[in-house]
Amino acid sequence: MRYLLRRTLHAVFLLFGVSLLTFLFSALTPGNYFDEMRLNPQISPESIAALHTQYQLDRPLPVRYAHWLNAVAHGELGFSFAYNSPVAPLLWVRARNTLLLTVTAALLAWLLALPLGVWSASRFGRVPDRVVSWTTATLLVIPDLVLALGLLILAVRTGWFPTGGLVSVGYEEFSPLHKLGDLALHMTLPVLALVLATLPMLVRHVRASVAEVLDAPFLRAALGHGIPHRKLLYGYALRAAANPLISLFGFSVGTLLSGSLLVEVVMSWPGLGPLLLESILARDLYVVIGGVLLSMIFLVAGNLFADVLLYWADPRIHTAVSPK
Amino acid sequence: MRPLLKVENLVKHYAAGRSTRSKDRLAALDGVSLSIPSGETLALVGESGSGKSTLALCIACLETPTSGSISFEGIDVATLDENQQRLFRPQIQLVFQDPASSLNPRWTALEIVSEPFLVQRRFTKPDRTVRALQLLDRVAIPRKLAGRRADELSGGQKQRLAIARALALEPKLIILDEALSALDCSVQALIANLLLELQASLGLAYLFITHDFAMAAHLADRIAVMDRGRIVESGPTENILRSPNHEATRALLAAVPRFIESPSVLVTA
Repeated sequence: MRYLLRRTLHAVFLLFGVSLLTFLFSALTPGNYFDEMRLNPQISPESIAALHTQYQLDRPLPVRYAHWLNAVAHGELGFSFAYNSPVAPLLWVRARNTLLLTVTAALLAWLLALPLGVWSASRFGRVPDRVVSWTTATLLVIPDLVLALGLLILAVRTGWFPTGGLVSVGYEEFSPLHKLGDLALHMTLPVLALVLATLPMLVRHVRASVAEVLDAPFLRAALGHGIPHRKLLYGYALRAAANPLISLFGFSVGTLLSGSLLVEVVMSWPGLGPLLLESILARDLYVVIGGVLLSMIFLVAGNLFADVLLYWADPRIHTAVSPK
Repeated sequence: MRPLLKVENLVKHYAAGRSTRSKDRLAALDGVSLSIPSGETLALVGESGSGKSTLALCIACLETPTSGSISFEGIDVATLDENQQRLFRPQIQLVFQDPASSLNPRWTALEIVSEPFLVQRRFTKPDRTVRALQLLDRVAIPRKLAGRRADELSGGQKQRLAIARALALEPKLIILDEALSALDCSVQALIANLLLELQASLGLAYLFITHDFAMAAHLADRIAVMDRGRIVESGPTENILRSPNHEATRALLAAVPRFIESPSVLVTA
């Protein structure tokens, strides 16, 4: 239990540090949201100064940070200048869409990577394994952006998939089944782009870790007891190879999230990605900080989940951390 | 009398590097023949790389030989299909050199010893535990260690555990692939005596693979010497020790450290 407590404490400290740094960096960038108003002759310098005071932009940085932290503690994330509304509800809708995309992509990528990697490892060095190796290597060198654009071109040319958005026009009037189908159709391309971008890395890691344990004498011994081949691969070898893969799972959540931000922008998916991009360009300070913090929370949650899984999967950790 | 295990003219080639041309192939076994009668020990002695372990894997059906035949109690092992093979496997069990990597480090001693029953779907759960505990008694592992994980045991205890696991399915032949080499001398002697006891009480046959002539002499009824994929010399233990004929045998014998009587110093001849 001490292990989990320690990991959670780590996570909290990490989030705190990230919030401080993002706040600092975004606040220290020159200019702010209201600077462009100065170009407008109809707005007097006095009203701009009044806006600064209203949004506390004239107060010193530590005070603003303390103020913001206090707001976070009360479940608020500040106020958006551009949307003229609190940040939290704005972010929640977008975060939900991003999560929908990344969770689906993560599940799909892992469900494909495990059997593919194990299959490849069990035929290590033979033709199927080489085909998998070459395909994944090729996919690895294609940048995410090119992949997403390529898929978009495919959608435009064929018309099989919608080229953007979350749902079709008139979504509210659809039947529940139709709604689900419409959403799935809209999700296909972005999810595909994300899966294609992460799958090669996952497959190669699964293959390498399984191939490494496959020669272990204790697997030979099990084979000598007459265990079926499939059970040996999935029941024994995969479990023995699980530790680095579980850690990789946490890491893959991170890469999927950052990949998702990009794919969302390219495929106009209404997630955190486009919102972050817009608000960075507009210097909508609190939206940027909130968005970064939220992605960070997802990332930390993914890693924490991996730590919990690791604790559950490997009994050796129990004693390593808290000796009897 | 028909021998328990009869290997005839066994050949195993490995592809060397990436080439598939036959002349680039590596012959790990180059026409090996041997036989082991029921309840006896054959020591297979040879330098590392002479093909001993490949032979062990072929006999245990963990590698497919390129040509030649292996028959066990008159059954040609190569003709078995996958299901028959699964039923046949319990007859021959292996103990490996490195006890640390041959036991699943995540499992407790009890789980390791009852695993073979589980794989072969033998007995009910309480029965499996009772039998596993009996196996631990048999190899003199205290019952209070049954709940320990493999990585918490000493080297000697791990190797006892590996032997207990090999015994679980009541095999007729146990292949000991350098099973003593990774252990301390004092532990080696204890395990060697345990092996002799088990042989006497259970009527096991051993294929004892080693490069250590002294241990081979202690355990084996017969010795076969292997060199570069062939058996170059074989016969009853005393004959081989007294009058070694082949170059490889003499080289291996010369490597055994011994005491010289008159000046009481240890020299390595």
